[in-house]
Amino acid sequence: MLTVADVAVSRGGRRALEGVSFELRPGHALILRGPNGIGKTTLLRTIAGLQDPAAGRIERASGSVAYAAHADGLKGAMSVAENLRFWARIFGAAPATVDAALAALNLSDLGSRPAALLSAGQKRRLGLARLVVLGRPLWVLDEPTVSLDDASVALFAGVVRGHLAGGGAALLATHVDLGLPEAAVLDLAPFRARADRARAGRPASFDEAFA
Amino acid sequence: MSLWEYANPVKFMRLSGAVLPWVSAAAAVTLVAGLAWGFSTPPDYRQGATVRIMFLHVPAAMMAINAWMMMLVASLVWIIRRHHVSALAARAAAPVGAVMTVIALVTGAIWGQPTWGTWWEWDPRLTSFLVLFLFYLGYIALWSAIEDADSAADLTSVMCLVGSVFAILSRYAALFWNQGLHQGASLSVQAGERMAGTYKYPLYLCMLAFFLLFIALVLARTRTEIRRRRAAALIAREARS
Amino acid sequence: MKALLLRDLQLATRAGGGFGLGLAFFLIVCTLVPFGVGAGGDVLSRIAPGIMWVGALLACLLSLDRVFALDREDGSLDLLATAPVPLEGVVLAKAAAHWITTGLPLVVAAPVFGLLLHLPAPALPWLVLSLALGTPALSMLGAFGAALTVGVRRGGLLLSLLVLPLYIPTLIFGAEVVRMGAAGQAPTTPLALLSGITLAVVAAIPFAAAAALRVNLR
Repeated sequence: MLTVADVAVSRGGRRALEGVSFELRPGHALILRGPNGIGKTTLLRTIAGLQDPAAGRIERASGSVAYAAHADGLKGAMSVAENLRFWARIFGAAPATVDAALAALNLSDLGSRPAALLSAGQKRRLGLARLVVLGRPLWVLDEPTVSLDDASVALFAGVVRGHLAGGGAALLATHVDLGLPEAAVLDLAPFRARADRARAGRPASFDEAFA
Repeated sequence: MSLWEYANPVKFMRLSGAVLPWVSAAAAVTLVAGLAWGFSTPPDYRQGATVRIMFLHVPAAMMAINAWMMMLVASLVWIIRRHHVSALAARAAAPVGAVMTVIALVTGAIWGQPTWGTWWEWDPRLTSFLVLFLFYLGYIALWSAIEDADSAADLTSVMCLVGSVFAILSRYAALFWNQGLHQGASLSVQAGERMAGTYKYPLYLCMLAFFLLFIALVLARTRTEIRRRRAAALIAREARS
Repeated sequence: MKALLLRDLQLATRAGGGFGLGLAFFLIVCTLVPFGVGAGGDVLSRIAPGIMWVGALLACLLSLDRVFALDREDGSLDLLATAPVPLEGVVLAKAAAHWITTGLPLVVAAPVFGLLLHLPAPALPWLVLSLALGTPALSMLGAFGAALTVGVRRGGLLLSLLVLPLYIPTLIFGAEVVRMGAAGQAPTTPLALLSGITLAVVAAIPFAAAAALRVNLR
């Protein structure tokens, strides 16, 4: 479903990670771990197609990725259900999935409430409900459980399991426990780019081209 | 060996370093000679001594347009071939072009006052240069506003492309607008039109001088910019290891 | 694309959306100018076409910095970039929403403001027509400027510096249509050129704006 081969990414004008390779098959989840600032977010954005890798190759079917990051893409002036219905229409999903997604993340009672009035945890759950709505096979999630309480984390783990059981796959970056013991873990620390190594691919930053 | 090899920063530095002193010297010599020759021409029978400001005005105006065209070409090279030197050369040319535009506008005003009796007229040609100056300002401001140099190079290149189209469009729109206002009364003087050899040859020399001056300034600014980037990259490496 | 357009319109009309701000700004311009130049004589009616068009330009600028910045802040832009909709379509929908919330109200209200400024009656239909044909180009070029500056914090001033020179051809032909209309001539030529610019801008600028957005998403 996803093949990452010898990928390098640059962040803030310098090479952050290099030589990252892994494979993700349907029904499996992979958790990326590593200290702050190592480039987890950049790697996920690259896999989601928001930027190009500095070197290496990423293979995935086009239109297979559902990406969720720190910002939930919610409009405070619109109700919870309206927010979800909008993303369902943009991604060409059936409107009926909205109710199912709300139920899955325990948001059914809040459907008509403006998103601005939700608590941080409720917003997060709404952002995750969007993943269910989109119906895309590969979930790419950046710190999905920030501001969730234990009960919600368990709820989230259940949703991910349901997704995996349905033939989906999930790639998650986090440094807290997600309650997904069956997921494989990849520590990114060994892939940290070293300054002294000669580089393949394009220069990490504009300035590096002149060094 | 292809011409593109000179886009390599090291090769560019070596070549430009060798060429720069000669270009600068040639620019200085032609500028002094051209202006001395130009300012010693006999006064025009109608315009008197004021006609001599032409030797600054016309070359500056010519380079104001050529600088933008050079930026356009350099931007295209950056977009298509991703040569970093090209992006920096476009950036280096912008302030030079902007200053040329200001020189053209100011000398035009000084020339216009005794000749047409006004410092400023909303003539299509003058207006186009004012608009061109605005485009230069926007380009320079965009370069300096964006922190990430890769993004800045990309975005200014896109802006340069779109701006070029609109600069030309504004030129023709201004022509239309002015005719609508003045019923064809044009104040512009055509350079070279019915111009005697006494003025023509010193003018050509001044044009050559401004062209060489532009090349020298852009080369020097590009070299400074490359060194600055190189220093920044080395300091960043140092900080990491 | 339709969904995005509808959502933007929905957001604009709800609390804090800023719908009608442009119109209010336009009213203020039309109120202030007579104080500045004096209401007597035919001064106002002579400069009315220019004031109307410059006012439209500035009113259009007001809400430009929100076009992409809000969506970038809350992460919507990232999601739109991974959506099956091409970014060019996103730009088009955004510009259309901006036009419907700022340009269209101006077109509809223009005759009233024209009367305020003593614009001669025969020029009123030309004013409406020229604004209707010209303001879409203003929104589209504005969206391009907003895409260029979406990564710049407090980019409002920079946005104006970049966008206003691009408005010059539209302004020239738009105001010329009204001026010729006021003089009782048939402004066919400027009208044709105005429409030409708008069509070309709407056809070509989405690609430039989408390219700028892709750079800013990196």
